[in-house]
Amino acid sequence: MHYTFALAGNQNSGKTTLFNQLTGSNQHVGNWPGVTVEQKTGTMLHHHHGSQTHIGLPWRVRRNKSNDIIPPKYSDVTIVDLPGIYSLSPYSLEEIVSRNYIVKDKPDVVINIIDATSLERNLYLSLQLLQLSRPVVIALNMMDEVETRGDAIDIVGLEKILGVPVVPICARKGEGLDELVRRTMEVAKSKQLPAKIDICQGAAHKALHAISHLIENSAAAHDMMPLYAATKLFEGDQPLADELGLSSATMHIIEEILTAMEKEVGMERAAVMADTRYRYIERLLKTTYTRGITEGDSTTDRIDKILTHRALSIPVFLLMMLLVFYITFGPIGIWVADGFAALVDRGIDLIATALANWQVAAWVQDLVVSGALMGVGSVLSFMPTILILFLLLSVLEDSGYMARAAFLMDNPLRKIGLNGRAFIPMMMGFGCTVPAVMSARSMNTQRDRRFTIMLTPFMSCGAKVPIYALFTSAFFPGNQVLVMSGLYLLGILVSIAAGLLLKRFVFHGDAAPFIMELPTYRLPTIANVARQMWDKAKDFIRRAFTVIFIATMMVWFLQSFTFTFAPAATMEESMLGIIAGFIAPIFAPAGFGSVEASTAVITGILAKESVVSTLAVLSGVDAESSQMLVTLHSIFPSTLSAVSFLIFILLYMPCVAAYAAMRREMESTRWAFSTVALQTGLAWVISTLVFQLGTLLGLG
Amino acid sequence: MTPDAAHTLADLRPGESGIVQSVGGEDALHRHLLDMGITPGVKILLQKTAPMGDPIEIHLRGYALTLRLDDARKIILR
Repeated sequence: MHYTFALAGNQNSGKTTLFNQLTGSNQHVGNWPGVTVEQKTGTMLHHHHGSQTHIGLPWRVRRNKSNDIIPPKYSDVTIVDLPGIYSLSPYSLEEIVSRNYIVKDKPDVVINIIDATSLERNLYLSLQLLQLSRPVVIALNMMDEVETRGDAIDIVGLEKILGVPVVPICARKGEGLDELVRRTMEVAKSKQLPAKIDICQGAAHKALHAISHLIENSAAAHDMMPLYAATKLFEGDQPLADELGLSSATMHIIEEILTAMEKEVGMERAAVMADTRYRYIERLLKTTYTRGITEGDSTTDRIDKILTHRALSIPVFLLMMLLVFYITFGPIGIWVADGFAALVDRGIDLIATALANWQVAAWVQDLVVSGALMGVGSVLSFMPTILILFLLLSVLEDSGYMARAAFLMDNPLRKIGLNGRAFIPMMMGFGCTVPAVMSARSMNTQRDRRFTIMLTPFMSCGAKVPIYALFTSAFFPGNQVLVMSGLYLLGILVSIAAGLLLKRFVFHGDAAPFIMELPTYRLPTIANVARQMWDKAKDFIRRAFTVIFIATMMVWFLQSFTFTFAPAATMEESMLGIIAGFIAPIFAPAGFGSVEASTAVITGILAKESVVSTLAVLSGVDAESSQMLVTLHSIFPSTLSAVSFLIFILLYMPCVAAYAAMRREMESTRWAFSTVALQTGLAWVISTLVFQLGTLLGLG
Repeated sequence: MTPDAAHTLADLRPGESGIVQSVGGEDALHRHLLDMGITPGVKILLQKTAPMGDPIEIHLRGYALTLRLDDARKIILR
């Protein structure tokens, strides 16, 4: 028997942690059909359900023609991670998607994860989930903090009143998970539905039941609980009213019932329903929850006394950002990167020697060593830097500081027509554009998402670091950090200018309201951070041996042969020389019209990591060696042309993976294409301006 | 009482609290404020303001929320 469990809960409730704990690395990130809300599915780990005989093997989500997930052969439980939501209103994409999934795809059990330190707000979603007439299990997360605070929760009492299993867990520490799985499997087998709870009283109660009777048949015809449908109509849920296809006469009666109710209660309908739910929760918690003795401020308040202090917060914020870059690109990062690079070089040498010893054909040696290994090696040696940057960003994210940064940055971001939420994608952009673009999902409207995504690639991504490192050591020895910082700053300045222009001419008006929870500070767990590191490392290595491997092999092949597949004696007669020869003149006004530079620009579209490896392969030298620096001086005749090239690399279109993510998240090929075309155009204009003005001023 | 003269969440100073009378805002904003627990009768503490005075951090129902002054003005206090 195959089961599907859906994980639903508020943002910051520990949903992703629980998902990772339950599925291990058996997960797959996919997209919802039609809409861009991430759907993560995974197979539940065997050790959490001992009663099963199969072991869940890693599998990929496969879909049939109508986009349903085909159950995997060897697994018996699939877990679907729904987006983090606070309600099931019809105004947010995530909320519509979640409720449609639960109502239409009918997961066997909905696991509702709750932050037990913030029961009142978390139960608001639970009440709505309990109405969807699917089996529900409530997981009370963060029970360790509840205990520390001395609060007491009557779990048996909650179970009795809500009519569903309530299981205390601590997802971070992996506590209570076996019990959670055991109870969830029980519910999956018994198909036990939540108790019907009547949350409202008085006039609201009368109105709700009147509507419920009125639409009973329509609701049943659409496989919906009448009370759920009535509640949604009560709240003025237009999409649901359309779905039920109610007659205008019925709608008219509902309108009359609600108008009369509003008059009696003295409150507008949506407010009545929200008020009703919260009042029910307050009553529920009165009997099941006792607050411990709290003395003075909470830890979070004390930390925030400094981190969001009126005067101190901005300097502390800048200091933190500086620290992130200093650790990543400063002595520590360099030490780790150098050590790793030495290891990679040792590996390449070993393989090269082995090939020579085995007397492999010379062209094969050339292909493997200068074609593949050199390219992949120069990319791999850069992995530690990216990993350190990601480590620091994920610590900031997991600790809850990113939300404070959004709080601090809302005001400046508002000036370019965005809001504080845009800060997180922007910051992530310094790591990798792909997850950064994906994190723009937390923005409320499509306008804000598209706007943020258009600006994110200007935040210089981690893969560009080796390019800067190489060029600055060749052209600016001694001033490397200064020039690199200048490039990062230029990217930020261009994004501000672009933001102002976009606000004026494309995205009129203001961003969606900025209403965001400030989560409690939590120490990031080593396991969580390590998992994110490992995922990044895996992804990076996979890219190094697929996209970049193929790119460098292709470059080597195109460079080694002519169009008649004869070995090319010179660069000019090779396929690459001829192709790049066509493109090169475009970059002549910008000062880097060489075949090598043009080729690097092209391979940079596949992956920014290949810019350096392309230059290395084309020149037939090791990217780490001192000859590389000499070679660069011959490809780029002046410092000015090298600067112009760096500016172009900084600003032009991101890699294809980022483009794909942009297209998905912007929900439009036209938008994504225009964005990268604009970026490339802008990059050309600015680098040409810099080169031409610089030449005029005699800086060449 | 006109909205201009009304006492709103935006009028509180850090450390002060108030009881919500009514919640304004159009469709999505209105619903979102309600969903986040800002309902008539709830007590809200203005914890602090951001360095430039906007947005603000409020505490209610045992958690912390940030919102802008423009939206806070739509929350009328008793």
